[in-house]
Amino acid sequence: MIPAAFEYERPSSLAEALKMLSEGGDDARPIAGGHSLLPLMRLRLARPSLLVDIGGLADLRYVRDEGDHIAIGALCTHHELASAQELTGGCRLIAQVARQIGDPQVRHRGTIGGSIAHADPASDLPAAVLALDGAVVARGAGGSRTIPAADFFLGPLMSALEPGEILTEVRVAKRVGCGSTYEKFQRRAQDWAIVAVAAVIESSGGTISNAAIGLTNMAGTPIRASGVEEALAGAASEEAIAEAAGRVSEVGTPLPDQNASSEYRLHLAEVLIRRAVANAMS
Amino acid sequence: MAAGQKYVGGGVPRKEDPQLLTGQATFVENLTVPGMVHAALVRSPYGAARIKKVDLSAALAAPDVVAAFSGEDLADEWAAGLPMAWPVTDDIRIPDHWPVAKDVVRYVGDAVAVVVATSRAAAADAAELVDVDYEELPTVVDIEGAMAPGAPRVHESFENNECYTWTHSTGDIDAAFAKADVVVKGEYTQPRLIPNAMEPRAVLVQPSPAAGDFTMWSTTQIPHIAKILLSMILGISESKMRVIAPDVGGGFGSKLNVYAEEALCIALARRLGLPVKWVAGRSEGYLATIHGRDQLQEIELAATSEGKILGYRVKIRANMGAYLQLVAPGVPLLGGFLYCGSYGGEAYHFECTGVFTNTTPTDAYRGAGRPEATYAIERAIELLARKVGLDSIEIRKLNYLPQGEMVPSPGGLEFDSTNYAPNLDRALELLGHDAVRAEQAERRAQGSTKVLGLGFSTFVEMCGLAPSQVLASLNYGAGGWDAATVRMLPTGKAEVVTGTSPHGQGHVTCWSQIAADALGLDIDDIEVLHGDTHVAPHGMNTYGSRSLSVGGIAVYEACGRVVEKAKTIAAHLLEVSPEDLAFENGSFSVKGVPDRTKAIQELAYAAWTAHSLPEGTEPGLEANCVWDPPNFTYPFGSHLCVVEVDTETGDVDILRYVAVDDCGTVINPVIVEGQVHGGVAQGIAAALYEEATYAEDGTLETSSMINYLVPSAAEFPSFELDRTLTPSTSNPLGVKGIGEAGTIASTPAVINAVADALAHLDVGEVPIPATPERVWRLIQNAKGGAA
Repeated sequence: MIPAAFEYERPSSLAEALKMLSEGGDDARPIAGGHSLLPLMRLRLARPSLLVDIGGLADLRYVRDEGDHIAIGALCTHHELASAQELTGGCRLIAQVARQIGDPQVRHRGTIGGSIAHADPASDLPAAVLALDGAVVARGAGGSRTIPAADFFLGPLMSALEPGEILTEVRVAKRVGCGSTYEKFQRRAQDWAIVAVAAVIESSGGTISNAAIGLTNMAGTPIRASGVEEALAGAASEEAIAEAAGRVSEVGTPLPDQNASSEYRLHLAEVLIRRAVANAMS
Repeated sequence: MAAGQKYVGGGVPRKEDPQLLTGQATFVENLTVPGMVHAALVRSPYGAARIKKVDLSAALAAPDVVAAFSGEDLADEWAAGLPMAWPVTDDIRIPDHWPVAKDVVRYVGDAVAVVVATSRAAAADAAELVDVDYEELPTVVDIEGAMAPGAPRVHESFENNECYTWTHSTGDIDAAFAKADVVVKGEYTQPRLIPNAMEPRAVLVQPSPAAGDFTMWSTTQIPHIAKILLSMILGISESKMRVIAPDVGGGFGSKLNVYAEEALCIALARRLGLPVKWVAGRSEGYLATIHGRDQLQEIELAATSEGKILGYRVKIRANMGAYLQLVAPGVPLLGGFLYCGSYGGEAYHFECTGVFTNTTPTDAYRGAGRPEATYAIERAIELLARKVGLDSIEIRKLNYLPQGEMVPSPGGLEFDSTNYAPNLDRALELLGHDAVRAEQAERRAQGSTKVLGLGFSTFVEMCGLAPSQVLASLNYGAGGWDAATVRMLPTGKAEVVTGTSPHGQGHVTCWSQIAADALGLDIDDIEVLHGDTHVAPHGMNTYGSRSLSVGGIAVYEACGRVVEKAKTIAAHLLEVSPEDLAFENGSFSVKGVPDRTKAIQELAYAAWTAHSLPEGTEPGLEANCVWDPPNFTYPFGSHLCVVEVDTETGDVDILRYVAVDDCGTVINPVIVEGQVHGGVAQGIAAALYEEATYAEDGTLETSSMINYLVPSAAEFPSFELDRTLTPSTSNPLGVKGIGEAGTIASTPAVINAVADALAHLDVGEVPIPATPERVWRLIQNAKGGAA
C-alpha cells in the first residue's frame, strides 16, 4: 500500500511540464487527478520514476463551444463535466457519463484527460468520446497533433500517446438534435462497468435516422457496435430496435472476468443497447 | 436500588463521537514513540511450499534497514506457538502455528521473513529484496477437495485434512424421521467472507529493556486475553506485559484473535531493544487477517403432513484454513445449537467436521456460526412450507416455540424469553404485507420483467457469552464472566472501569447511562475507562454480543454495591439505621423526614477523608463486580425483505427492508438502531455482494476492495425498524444484545426474497451471493434455454 520511491515535480506551465517529461525519460509520467495512476502505484503495479503533476495548469480547464465541436480541457473534472452548460444535444452524453463515474470523491478529483489517456476499456468516458466521433489533442516537445478517438485506443491501458506527450484537450462532435444516454451495469454504485452502452440517437417521429453506439468493457478497447448502428438506421419499432441490438454479437467475444462470463457480458450488452436506444429517444 | 431512570432508554448522544468526528481519536497508526522502527513482512506467494533458503543480504544492505530475520532466525523467540483456545473435541488435530514459518508455508500470506527499518516505506522497499527459494507443493483450497481421498495434506503430520468432528444430539432423531410424513432437505454453501473493519490491523510495542517490561498498543478486541496469551508465546511474565487497545476502528471478530504480528513485534522489540511498529495495508490484511464463514451445509427437516416439524438433522463441514486461529473450531458450534431456529420439535442432531485447506485461517466473523444456522433453517423452512402447501407466515406460526420464560428448544438450550408471533405480526403490519403480495401478483400477471419477491427471516440467536460452566462443557479454554469497578472520586465524580473493550459499539455512552441512573449522577460526571490492562486489570473483552449482557451487568451490579456502601455511611452520618433510608436521584433521605439527606457526592468525600466512618468500614467508595451470567440471552426478531429482480439482467434490487428486533431492555435506542443498520447491511452484503474466492493454486483472487465487493450506503434502501420488548430473564436489566442480530437475520431474508420473486419460474436453489449473472443463469436454466 506504499508506492515505490519516485520523484515529484509540479510545473507551472505546459511548456515546463513537457520539458520535465522529456528529461525524465521513459519512466516519467504526467499525473492530474491521480485516480487511475495512484491506485496502481500503491499496489506497486506501476512504478514511475518521476511524476509530473500537471494538476495546477489552470489553462487546461475549460469547456468551449468551437462551432462544429465542443472542446474540453484535459483537466476538467468529472464533477465539472456533469453540470457543464456547454454540453448540449448529443454532447450531453459526456455529462450523463461523468455523473455515473465512481463516487463523489472520484468525480471531484478525476479528470477527463486522465481517464482518456489511461485507456482503460472499463472506464466510462472513452466509449462516450468514441460514440461522439471525438478526437484527442496531444502536445509534445515537437508541437501538437490531433488524434481521432477511433485511432487513439490501442489496447488495455495502451494509447497512441507517445512518451513525452501530454493529452491537453478532448473534442467531441456537437450532434445537434440528437438524444443520448449512458446505460451502465455494475455491481456497486462506485464500480467500473461490467458492461455499459453509450448511445447517441437521431430520430424523427419514432424513426431512427442515425445511431452511434459505444461499448464499455466489451473488448480490450472501447468499441463502436457498427453492426448495431447500421441496423438501427431506419428502425421504427421496438421489435426492430431489439433485432438491431442482437447484432452486438458481431463485436466478437468479450473476455470473462470475476464479475461476468463472456456469454453474460454479450447478453447484457444486448439488453442495455435496447434500453439505451429507448431512453435516448424518449 | 431505588434510583429513578433518567438516561437508560433515552437516545443519549454518543460520548465517543466528538473526538472520532474531529480527528482527535487515538488509533495505533497515529502513535509515535521515540526511536520507533517499522516492520514489514515478507509473505508467501504460494499456497503451499517448502522454504529452501531465505537470503536476507540484499535487504540488509538496503538504505535505512535496521535488521532482517527469517523464521528460522526467530525460532528461539517462541516459548509456544500461536494459540488456539477452543479444542472442541479430545481428538482434535492442532497443528504447530509459528508467527513466522520456519520450513513450510501453507497459505498465500503465511509470513516467511521480516525486515525492520527506520521508516515504513524503507521497510516495504527492503522487504521486496528478500530472496526466498521455495519448492512449490500441491495445494487444496476447498472443503470437498480437501476431504477427497488422496488430497494434498495441508499438514504432513496428520494423515488427512480432517481437523475434528463434533456431534450434538437431543431426542431420538431416527424415530422422528421414521414417523415423519414429509422430509425436506436443503444443501447450502456459505461463502468465505473477509471482515472489513474500517481500521486495518496495527501493532506498536515499546520495550523497557532494563525492566524487562513491554507495552503493546494493538488494534485488538481482546487486550486482556491477548496479554495472557502473548506472555505465554513469548515466555514473558504476564505481569511484565501491558496491552492497550486505544481507539479501535471496528473488528467484527477480525480483531478477536492473537496474531502473528503481535507476537512478532514483541519479539523484535525484545531482540532489538527498540520500539517496533507494524501497520497492515488493506490487501495485506486480506491475506493475514482471519476470514469468516466458508461452510457446506446439509439440513433435513422431518415433519408431519400438516407442516409441524418433528426433527432436525444437520451435517456441516467448515473450512478452518491452514491453521487454527484462536476460537476457529468452536465457531460452527455457536450455530450448532440453533439450526432449529425459533421452532419446536422432538429431536435434533448436529454434526460438524472441521477441515484444513491452504487458505487464510478462518475464525469468528460477526454472528459466528449463527448466521450460517439461521440461513439453513430459514431457507429449509421455506422448502417445507412449499412441500406442505403453507405460506411463509403459516409455517412459522405453526412451529414457533410457545411464549414463555426458560423455554426448552430442540437444540438443547433453554431460551430466556420467547414471544415470537406478536413480533412477526408487528413486522407484517409495518410492511403492509397484503399490499406487497398484491403488487407482486399484479406484476406477474402483467408479465413484467421486474418481478417482486418477499423474504422472511424470523430468527433467534444466542448472545452474552457465556456462563463459565457451559463454556467448560464445550472445552473452551476460558471463563465467560466480565468485570467492572465503579469508583466514586472525592470530587463527587465517578469512574467506571470495565473489562469490555469497545471498538465502535458505544460502551462509554451506555455504561455511563447505566451508572448515571444507578448512582444518581449527571452523565457527564462519569468517565468510563477501558482497553488498558494497567487501568482495567480484569476483563474478558468484547465479542459475541456479550458486552452489555455480561460487562454491562457487572457495571450495574458494582454500582449497586457502591450505593449499598454509601448507604451505610449515610446512615452513620445521619445517625439512623440504613433501613430507614431511601435512595433517589443520587441522594439518601430519611424516610418520613425528607429534608434530612446526604447526597452521594458528599458521601464520596466522606469516604475519602475517612474522618467519620461506621465502625469497621474501609475508606473509599468503590466496588467491584465480576459477573458470570447464569444463562445466555436469546434475542429474536422478524426481518422482511422486498426485492425487485430484473429478469433480463438478473440484477437484484432491495426495495424495502423491515426489521423488528427484540433485544430486551434497550439502554440507548440510537445505538441499537445503528447496530441493526450496520448488521443488516453486512448480511445483505453476504447475500448479494461479498465472496472471497481462491484459485486452485491458493491465490486469493479477491485480493482488494476492487474485486471483494463491500457494498456502500448507495446499495441499500432506508431500513424500516421497530422493536418489541421482551426482557431477558438472564440478568437484572433484562438486556440481551444487538451487535450481531442484523447480520444473523438478513442474509436469509434477502435470499428468501429472491427465491420468492422467482418462485413462479421454479428455478431451484438460489446460490449466495446471488450475483446478477447467477440469478440470470437460474432464470435461463428454468426457461430451459441458453442465453
